[in-house]
Amino acid sequence: MSELITRRSVLAGASAGAAIATLPISMVTLAFGGTREDFTFTYISDAHIQQIKGATFVRNWDQGLKRAVAEANLVKPESDFVMFGGDLAQLGKREELDHGAEMLSKLEGKLYCVMGEHDYYLDLGDYWSKLYGPHYYSFDHKGVHFVVLNSILTSEHWTFHRWPTAEQRMLEMAGLDNPNGSPFMVGDKQRKWLANDLAKVDRATPLVVFSHSPLQKIYKGWNFWTDDAEDVQALLAPYDNVTVVYGHVHQIQYNQIGNISFNSVMSTAWPWPYPQTYSQAESHLPVLTIPMNRADPFFERDATGWQLIDIGSGRVAARYQLWDNEPRTVAYDRKAGRPVDVAYQEPTQRRPPQTHY
Amino acid sequence: MPRSTLLLAIALTAFGASARADEFTRADVDRYLKEFESVAAEGRKLWTNGSVGTNGVACAQCHPNAANTHPETYPKFQKQLGKVAQLFEMVNWCIRNPLQGQNLAADDPRMTALVSYITFERRGMKLTPGVH
Repeated sequence: MSELITRRSVLAGASAGAAIATLPISMVTLAFGGTREDFTFTYISDAHIQQIKGATFVRNWDQGLKRAVAEANLVKPESDFVMFGGDLAQLGKREELDHGAEMLSKLEGKLYCVMGEHDYYLDLGDYWSKLYGPHYYSFDHKGVHFVVLNSILTSEHWTFHRWPTAEQRMLEMAGLDNPNGSPFMVGDKQRKWLANDLAKVDRATPLVVFSHSPLQKIYKGWNFWTDDAEDVQALLAPYDNVTVVYGHVHQIQYNQIGNISFNSVMSTAWPWPYPQTYSQAESHLPVLTIPMNRADPFFERDATGWQLIDIGSGRVAARYQLWDNEPRTVAYDRKAGRPVDVAYQEPTQRRPPQTHY
Repeated sequence: MPRSTLLLAIALTAFGASARADEFTRADVDRYLKEFESVAAEGRKLWTNGSVGTNGVACAQCHPNAANTHPETYPKFQKQLGKVAQLFEMVNWCIRNPLQGQNLAADDPRMTALVSYITFERRGMKLTPGVH
């Protein structure tokens, strides 16, 4: 079991002489002054449960999700709730969603789910809804407004008229690098819903938005991309403290656009290369991002993991629990006005495995 | 001279008149490239359809566009194998493990197709043998 870095260590500069303290699977919570409560939630994402045949599933991906669930249940004190960031299934099958849901059902505490494209494009989220409810929604927790978006929608033509069968539609969208895929979007209807939802939220209220795809444009070829990202960002822009947390990319990314912070989360199944490693296309990894270590394929769980996310005075610190690797913490730095990696942000601190080519 | 040998000699003379060792046309060059591209395209199919494994997992699931395979760096020391290895050995490692399949021979047409596709996706990159 990797060690968890405590909340204390991520408050770099917040108090004089803040010590880096590590301890196994428990947290020290420092209370902030003021009216808001600080809290932690757990984030597990991109399990890609894949059926081989009948009751047989790909062992590797099963192990990732089981391990994340088991470890999340060991965290003391308990985190306030659990997010699952989408792509529970690989090909949207009922068997895959059921098998994944059974593993997630072992989690202690309230579970909220985000829709991923691998959950959606077989039956357009119908069975997923029977398990987890509406495709997009919002909730409030300890003074923070949380919004869950379904950001993996695409054009009506591609969704309804392009493919002869639902199975083929799912397969075409499941291939990350498939040129027959289609760019993700939130869409008009949902953006209208978002505008209405936010209309009743005070501008000083911290806002955390969960989406599956990045609500920013990094690389269209792999859908590290949401086509109407700027329109969604415009709706979030009036708020003082906004954070977007997204899955899909199976790697550490973070960014700051105006007042909006972005943090990605890891997959429990497998890592993805950074887009700049595809030498035939241009991509735009946020320059702030210090990449995760290059994966060692001989360690099955390397470059996969899960997250504990602290909300301190409305801002996010993402603590990556990386199997077979040192944990990483990317926390919002108030002085800098953006997320920073607490260990590796300075060029002199970078390590050779963080170089991707 | 036996009749069969005579016929062979005539045949060779006729053949030699139409094809000399070092001569090829622009059309030939185009054809050679198309041959390669069709094998690389076959490699792309194998890369994405999971057929070289047994569990439905495809190479492309972890390596979209064959990224993070670095064919330009092979042969190189592979710390996990403790020796200098060729690219096909690493492809076989992935076939055996995440794909739960069986090794392909180095000259199996499917291995040739996979390596052709991987290399095609890195076209234009400098050779950097041995670089980790």
